[in-house]
Amino acid sequence: MTAATIAVPRPRRRSLGAARYWLAAAVLAGVSVALSDRLPEWMVEYPRAWRMPIESSISSAMKWLINDANFGLFTFQEFTRSISWCFNWLLQAAYGLLAHGFTIGKGEEAILIPHVSWIALIAVLVLFARRVGDRGLAVFVAFCFAYLVVFGQWASAMVTLASIVISVPFGVAAGLLVGIAAYRKPWVERAVTPVLDLMQTVPVFAYLVPILFLFGFGPVAAMIATMIYAAPPMVRLTVLALRGVPEEIKEYGRMAGCSQRQHMWKVMVPAAKSGLLVGLNQVVMLSLNMVIIASMIGAGGLGFDVLHALRRLAIGEGLEAGIAITLLAIALDRLSQAAATVPPPAHGTVRSGSWLMRNRLAVAAVVLLALSMAAGAVIPFVADYPESLTITTGKFWDHVVEWLNINLYDTITVVKTWLLVNIMLPIKGFMVALPWPVLLGILAFAGWRLGGWRLALLPLALGAFILLTGNWEKAMITVYLCGLSVVIAALIGIPLGIWAVANRRRTRATLTVIDTLQTLPSFVYLIPVIMLFSVGDFSAMIAVVAYALAPAVRYTIHGLNQVPEHLVEAGRAQGCSRAQMLWKVRLPLAMPEIMLGLNQTIMMALSMLVITALVGTRDLGQEVFSALAKADTGKGIVAGLCVAFIAITADRLIQAWSRRRKAQLGIA
Amino acid sequence: MNGPVKLACRGVWKLFGDHAERVLAETSGKPDSEALAAAGVIGAVRDATLEVHEGEIFIIMGLSGSGKSTLVRCLSRLIEPTAGEVLFEGRDLLKADERELMDIRRHKMGMVFQHFALLPHLSVLGNVAFPLEIQGVDRATREARAAEMIELVGLKGREDYYPRELSGGQQQRVGIARSLAVGPDIWFLDEPFSALDPLIRREMQDEFLRLQSVLKKTIVFITHDFDEAIRLADRIAIMQDGAIIQTGTPEEVVTRPATSYVAEFTRDVPRAKVVSAGVLARPGTPGPVVVPASARIGEVAAKVFDEEQPVGVADAEGTPVGVLHRQDVLDILLGREPRR
Repeated sequence: MTAATIAVPRPRRRSLGAARYWLAAAVLAGVSVALSDRLPEWMVEYPRAWRMPIESSISSAMKWLINDANFGLFTFQEFTRSISWCFNWLLQAAYGLLAHGFTIGKGEEAILIPHVSWIALIAVLVLFARRVGDRGLAVFVAFCFAYLVVFGQWASAMVTLASIVISVPFGVAAGLLVGIAAYRKPWVERAVTPVLDLMQTVPVFAYLVPILFLFGFGPVAAMIATMIYAAPPMVRLTVLALRGVPEEIKEYGRMAGCSQRQHMWKVMVPAAKSGLLVGLNQVVMLSLNMVIIASMIGAGGLGFDVLHALRRLAIGEGLEAGIAITLLAIALDRLSQAAATVPPPAHGTVRSGSWLMRNRLAVAAVVLLALSMAAGAVIPFVADYPESLTITTGKFWDHVVEWLNINLYDTITVVKTWLLVNIMLPIKGFMVALPWPVLLGILAFAGWRLGGWRLALLPLALGAFILLTGNWEKAMITVYLCGLSVVIAALIGIPLGIWAVANRRRTRATLTVIDTLQTLPSFVYLIPVIMLFSVGDFSAMIAVVAYALAPAVRYTIHGLNQVPEHLVEAGRAQGCSRAQMLWKVRLPLAMPEIMLGLNQTIMMALSMLVITALVGTRDLGQEVFSALAKADTGKGIVAGLCVAFIAITADRLIQAWSRRRKAQLGIA
Repeated sequence: MNGPVKLACRGVWKLFGDHAERVLAETSGKPDSEALAAAGVIGAVRDATLEVHEGEIFIIMGLSGSGKSTLVRCLSRLIEPTAGEVLFEGRDLLKADERELMDIRRHKMGMVFQHFALLPHLSVLGNVAFPLEIQGVDRATREARAAEMIELVGLKGREDYYPRELSGGQQQRVGIARSLAVGPDIWFLDEPFSALDPLIRREMQDEFLRLQSVLKKTIVFITHDFDEAIRLADRIAIMQDGAIIQTGTPEEVVTRPATSYVAEFTRDVPRAKVVSAGVLARPGTPGPVVVPASARIGEVAAKVFDEEQPVGVADAEGTPVGVLHRQDVLDILLGREPRR
C-alpha cells in the first residue's frame, strides 16, 4: 500500500512527459500544414523527378519471366502452364463431382453422369456434423445447406466449395512442410518469418496481380492465389504447435531411438495434432475469403454472383448470394472447429480389424454419394433441386432498398454530407498537405523513443520506398481513411468491450457475435453498406469500421479480464468507486493489450480498405485494384507493398509501445 | 552388488551460456564458482564422476536446481555435455555417431519420465509397443510383447485405454511397461514417482522393488526425495549446485555424512532402517539364530531381544562374522550413533 502511494507521482510525471511529445508532434504537424505555402515546394509535394522507375522494372522483369526465361530443359512459361494443367485437372474433377457432372463421349452419344446429389451431400455433411459435434451443429449445418438449395444458390455454392476442397489440402500440406522445416532449422525460420509478415500484410488484391499475369484469368489462377494466401497462418501455427509439444515427449521420442523422420511423423505431429487442426480451420476460412475475392480473376461461384450483382447494383441478388456465403462460411467454420476439438478417443470406441471395418463410416459416405450420382441420372429431382421450387427474396430486398432510398435518403445524405464536409475532408486535406519530411521525422522520432535507432530507421526506409515510387499522396489518403476508421472502430469497440466484461453472459454473447462476424469473408461487408450508403469514401469507411471492429472489442475484453485479480482487490480495498476502478485501475493495466487490439484493427482496416476500392475510393487500394484490371504487375505489386509498409510501420511502432508499457507496468 | 561397471561418467561438465567452452579452456577444465559467475555461465553439472555397477539401483538425489536431471540427460546424451566422458559398457557414448546412438537407445536404454510422456494418440497397447514399432518389429510380435509388459506392471485389461483415461499411477505404470518393452540394459528413471500422490507413490515404490527383484536391471534413478532414495537405493549420489558431494550406500551416507548439507537430510532418517547387522557385529559365540550381515537392524531387532542367546551374524557366504549385542541394537533403535 505504501509503495503504491509513493509511486503515484512518478507515473504522473512520466505520462506527462509522453504527452509532451505527443503535443509537440501535433503542434509541429499543425504548424507545418499551416505554413505549407511558404515551405519549399519539394517538401510539400515530392518531386516527380526524384522518383525511381521501380514499377516498370518489376513489370519488365515479369515480362522477361514470361517471354524469355528459360531453365534449360523448359521455359518459365512451360513451367507455369504445367502447374496450371495439373491444378486444372484436379479442379475440373472437383467441379464435375460437385457441380457440373461428367460428360463421357462426344456429340449425340455423349452420356452425362450427373454430379453428386444435393440430398446425399447434405445427408453426409449432417452425419459428419453429428459425429464431430452435438445435435445443434447437425441442425445448423442442415439449415445452412437447405438455404443454399431452397434459394437457388446450390450450383454456385458447389463451385465455391469445389475450389476450397482442392485448395485446402495443398495449402495445409505446404504450410505444414514449411512449418516443419522452420521448426527444425533456425535459418529457415529466420528466412520465412519476414516473408510471412509481408504476405500477411500485403493486401489480397496484390497477390492477384502477379498471379493473373503468370497464370492468366480463370479459376486455376484464382485457386493458386487462394493457396498462397491461406498457407501462411498454417506455417505459423505449425511452428507454434510443434514448439508446444511437452519437452518430455520430445525427449522420449529421442530415447526410443526414433530416426528424424519417425520423430517428426510418429511423435511430434501426432502430439501437436490439436494445434495443427486449428491451423486447418484457419486455412479453410482464409481459403473461403480468398475464393470469394478471387472471383475478380475468374473464380466462379458465389463470389462471382456477388460481384456481378454489385456491379449492376442489383442489391437483392447480391444480398442473397452474400447470405449464402455467410452461411457457408459459418457452417465450414463450425464444422472444422468441431473436427479440430473432437476429444481424443476413449477405449472401446476405436474399432480394430481390417481397414474397411475401421473406416466403414467414411466408406459408407462415399458409396452413398456415388449411388446418388447414379440415382440422379434416373431421377432429375435427386440430381438438382427443381428450379420451380426455389424461392428468391431478391425482389423483396430490392423493394427494401427502394423504400430506404425514398424514405431515408435525405436523412442519410444529410448525415453523410455533414460528416464528409466537416470531418472527413478536412482530415484528408490535412494528411495530404502534411509535408512528408515532417511526418517521417515524427515517425522516426517515435521509433527512436520506443525502440532505438533500428525502429527509427524502419519508417524512414519504408517511407522512402513510398516516396520513390510516387505513391505518397495515395498513401496519405489510405492513412486518412484507415486512421479515421480505426478511431471510430476504437470509439465503438472499446466501450463495447467494457460493457461486455461486466458479466460472463454478456462476455460470451459478445464473443460469439464477434467470432461469427470474423468468419465472414470481407467481401460480404460491402453488400449492406452499398445498399444503404451507395458508393464513396463514406461507404468505404463504414465497411472498414464494421470489418475492423471485432479485434478492438475482443482485445478490450481480453485485456480487462487479464488484469491481475489481486490488483483489482487492492483497488476495492482502498475504496475505489466503480468508475475509479475502471479508469484508475483496470483500463490503464489493460491498455497495452487494448493497443494490441488496435494494432489488429489497423491491420484488418488496411486489408478491408483495399477491398473497398470496389466502392470507389481514391487511395492505394484503388491503385492495386486498377492494376488488377489492367494486369499491370509492377503497379500492383508496388502499390501492394506500399500498403504492406504502412501496416508494418504501424505494427512495429504499436508493438514496441505495448511491450514497453507492459514492462513498465510489470505485467510482461 | 559389485558387478562390472555398466555405466560411468568422468569429469562431466554441463555449462549453459555463451562462453561455456572458453571458460573451461581458460581455467584448464576446472572453473570454480567465481569463474563461472564472472563469465555469466551457469554450471548445471560440475565435474561429475560416478560409476554404476551392473544390477544395482543407483540413485542420484538432489533438490531442484541441483543438476540431477541435467546429469541424467548427459548420461543418456539427451543433452550434450560440455566436457568429460560417458562410458557405457566400456565405450565412450559421446563419440558415438547419430546412427550408433540411435541403435543403443533402441536396444539398450529405457527411460521413465516424471510426467509420463505418454503419446496421447496411442492406446496403452500402442504406447507400450511404440519403441518396438520404431525398431520395425512386426505388429503381432510387438503387440504380444507389449501385452506381456502390461501384465507385468499389473494393467492387464486396460490395453485399449487411452492415457487421458488413466490415473497418474496407472499412466506411470504404462511408462514403466513401455521403457521395459525393449529389454533395456540400462534403465533411467527421472523422478518417476514425484508427480504422484504420497499413497500411490509408496505403492509404486513397492511395485518398483518387486519388478527389480525379478528383472535385476542396472538402474539410474533420479529423485529429490531423500526418504525415497534411502528406501530404494543400493547406492546414492547426492548432488548440490551441480556437483556430486557424496556417493555411498544409504548406510554410509546416513552414518557418515560427508558435509553438513548431507547431514541435514540424514538427521531425521531412522537409523534402524539403514544400519545393517554386519556393522554392529562384535566378536562372540552366536546362539542358534543367525541373521545375514546385510539385514537392517530394524528387521532383526525383535529377534535380538526375544532370543535368550546372542543372535549371530553371517556374511553372504554364510561365514559367521560375530554376534549382536542388545545395547548396540537399543542405541540404534533410539537413534544414537553406533558405539565403536
